[in-house]
Amino acid sequence: MKKQPIQLIKHSNTTNQTTRLALAITLAFSSLFAASHLQAETCATGKTLKDGVLTIATGNPAYFPWVMDNDPASGKGFEAAIAYEVASRMGFDKDAVAWTSASFDQSIQPGAKDFDFNLQQFSITKEREKVVDFSTPYYSAAMAVLVNKAAADSGATASIDSLKKLKWGVDANTTALQMLQENIEPDSSPLLYDDNTNVTEAMKANQIDAALFDLPTALYLGAVVLEDGVVIGQFPADRTATPDQFGLLMEDGNPLKACVDEALAAMAEDGALAEIEAQWLQETTGVPVIQ
Amino acid sequence: MQARSDERQQYERRQQRKGFAIAAASSLAVVVALIYFVPKTPGWQKVRASFFNGEILLSTFPSLLKAFLLDIAIFMWSLPAIAIIGLLIALCRDQRSAVMFPLRIFGVLYTDIFRGVPVILTVFLIGFGIPGLGLPRPWNSPYIWGSLALILTYSAYVAEIIRGGINSIHDSQRAAGKSLGLSNTDTMRFIVLPQALRRVVPANMNMLVALQKDVALLSFIGPVELLRQAGVHKSLLANFTPYVGAALIFLAVTVPATRYADYLLARQHRERS
Amino acid sequence: MPKEKLRLSGVRKAFGDVPVLNGIDLSVSEGEMVCLIGSSGSGKSTLLRCINLLEPIDNGKIIFNDEDISQPGLDPQPVRQRIGLVFQSFNLFPHMTAYENVILAPRRVFKRSGTELHSEIKALFERFGLAQRTQHYPDQLSGGQQQRVAIIRALAMEPQIMLFDEVTSALDPELIGEVLDVLRQLRMQGMTMILATHEIEFAREAADYVCMLDEGRIIEKATPDVIFSNPREERTKRFLASVLNKS
Repeated sequence: MKKQPIQLIKHSNTTNQTTRLALAITLAFSSLFAASHLQAETCATGKTLKDGVLTIATGNPAYFPWVMDNDPASGKGFEAAIAYEVASRMGFDKDAVAWTSASFDQSIQPGAKDFDFNLQQFSITKEREKVVDFSTPYYSAAMAVLVNKAAADSGATASIDSLKKLKWGVDANTTALQMLQENIEPDSSPLLYDDNTNVTEAMKANQIDAALFDLPTALYLGAVVLEDGVVIGQFPADRTATPDQFGLLMEDGNPLKACVDEALAAMAEDGALAEIEAQWLQETTGVPVIQ
Repeated sequence: MQARSDERQQYERRQQRKGFAIAAASSLAVVVALIYFVPKTPGWQKVRASFFNGEILLSTFPSLLKAFLLDIAIFMWSLPAIAIIGLLIALCRDQRSAVMFPLRIFGVLYTDIFRGVPVILTVFLIGFGIPGLGLPRPWNSPYIWGSLALILTYSAYVAEIIRGGINSIHDSQRAAGKSLGLSNTDTMRFIVLPQALRRVVPANMNMLVALQKDVALLSFIGPVELLRQAGVHKSLLANFTPYVGAALIFLAVTVPATRYADYLLARQHRERS
Repeated sequence: MPKEKLRLSGVRKAFGDVPVLNGIDLSVSEGEMVCLIGSSGSGKSTLLRCINLLEPIDNGKIIFNDEDISQPGLDPQPVRQRIGLVFQSFNLFPHMTAYENVILAPRRVFKRSGTELHSEIKALFERFGLAQRTQHYPDQLSGGQQQRVAIIRALAMEPQIMLFDEVTSALDPELIGEVLDVLRQLRMQGMTMILATHEIEFAREAADYVCMLDEGRIIEKATPDVIFSNPREERTKRFLASVLNKS
């Protein structure tokens, strides 16, 4: 609520001081009575699925630390917090945000979407951009190697040579497979799974030694799901040729993209993005870099 | 009398021609509607780009074909086990003496459980669960336990089909065998089973078609077979065309097999009537 | 005095609550031919199936070669090998040739080799005029030929007694003769036989005894001359009248 007048002022820098003030006061009052009236003045006006409501999709289930307790409406978790911050900067207060869920396939299928934007660690790739739109990145993910206890005990280390010899598994819907083939080139072909749960299940059954995830996910799965999993190394995002960057996914040609990008740019500029990252993804430091 | 029957034939021929004409006209109308109207829909360009992208189809098809070899391999090594276990379970269920009662109960439980549980659940449960008990490599391989899940499920279906075949053989055949002094085992082996198995060939052909498709369920626990390979392409290219390619490959196998099963069934009907 | 081959005393059998055999007493001596007549449902077929041990009896005794074959727990297989049974509907195995139908049981039961059996079986086919039909499947044979193959199949086990369950009832009239010829031939060779039949003429000509069954009882037993020309029981008279009128 607090930030909306400020943002509006930025947009209307041709108006004079008095009108600015008057507008701010008017808006502050009118917003108490009618949200739609307030949004009549923002970038996102008339561009959302439903007037006055921003519909955001994420996965079901949504995982720690991206969304806490599979409840994005709590605003807790990195992506939940990002979503509310972006919404807020676009002129939607907490009550004007509606959550929905969408699978990967639903998100990339052609035709109208039932969300305004969708965030669930979608990596931005140029192939995907042919079908959908992505916002500018809100997170650059380091890719990390998670191994089960058996592999860690038998001496797997953060060197490419050591990693090559492991039996690998990855989530087939992620860019991790490409990453694995390009950076590690394992000796035996990897096994592929539908989601994180199945990957960790295969690690528990000792059918695979290692899996590649973005670093926050790897840390969570290793500590909570596997309990005794070890994140033995990472490929830092800034040192990778094709860094894994997460973007908000939108329908191809969605006019909202400009507003979303604007909000994200502002968040990067004033440090809000870094603040959210520090709050939810702080543990990601201290993992050895793979040489 | 002669004139009457001519008249009747002519009438029937007219009716038949009329039927053909209606069928042809309605089919044509549907095809025209599809070809003409579907591309006019607002989303057609996007749908075509997502599902029917020729370039993507060509570039991914070779790797799909290669992945299909794994489907065939899983199919081939599961098949003999399904046939043997299916037959044994069917024989368990056919036991009539009191001594064999536990065997019959086992057969009933087996078929009830494995036909009742969704295949995918069996695949997860056995494919992850049994290796999770702590088997060493390579004995915890998803190929082994995933195949076992398929074998258990399909042998339950096949057992029921075979049992149906056995029940369809008239009791007089058993009586004839016994009256000659043949043992129960010999009566089953030489008289009942050969006839029963021949009778259930068409039904089992349909099971083969279903199995060929369900092999893809193994992809859930790791193996990169056709469907998974298509999924990987889909994910990287954000395009569903590879799935269409996979469907084409499946169809190339299942359609002839289904036609053949129908042909066998029709032949059997002719023979029996 | 010929030796007694088979004796039934007080044989009872019910299917559920429905009594089918209500105390059958019957004695058959070696080389004898006994005909069972009676309307359908009188128990003729069940009686033959009980003697062959296809159906266990509820009460009474069946003595075969001085051995009680009706005692519970007795392995029926060796008994059945010595008692041939031919069915009304032939019951040939449709997936086997005539020859395979015949050779199966002796080969499996006596563990005799195919080559050893070959000449014997060939001879049986020749004796009953089917030498040209050994490689035919049942559905390629006429009803009369099928029934003759079924008889050969039973004979190949070299039984000591043959039971025939209305073996001509399923045949077209013009095919009945060839099957009856086979029965005559067997009779002349001294085979002990029990026939359930509606062929009154044949029974009159060939049987040593005729038994009239009614509601699971033998109500009249006599030589053919007596029973067909001067039946004692009213029920027999009515039955014979109805059968003779039909033909």
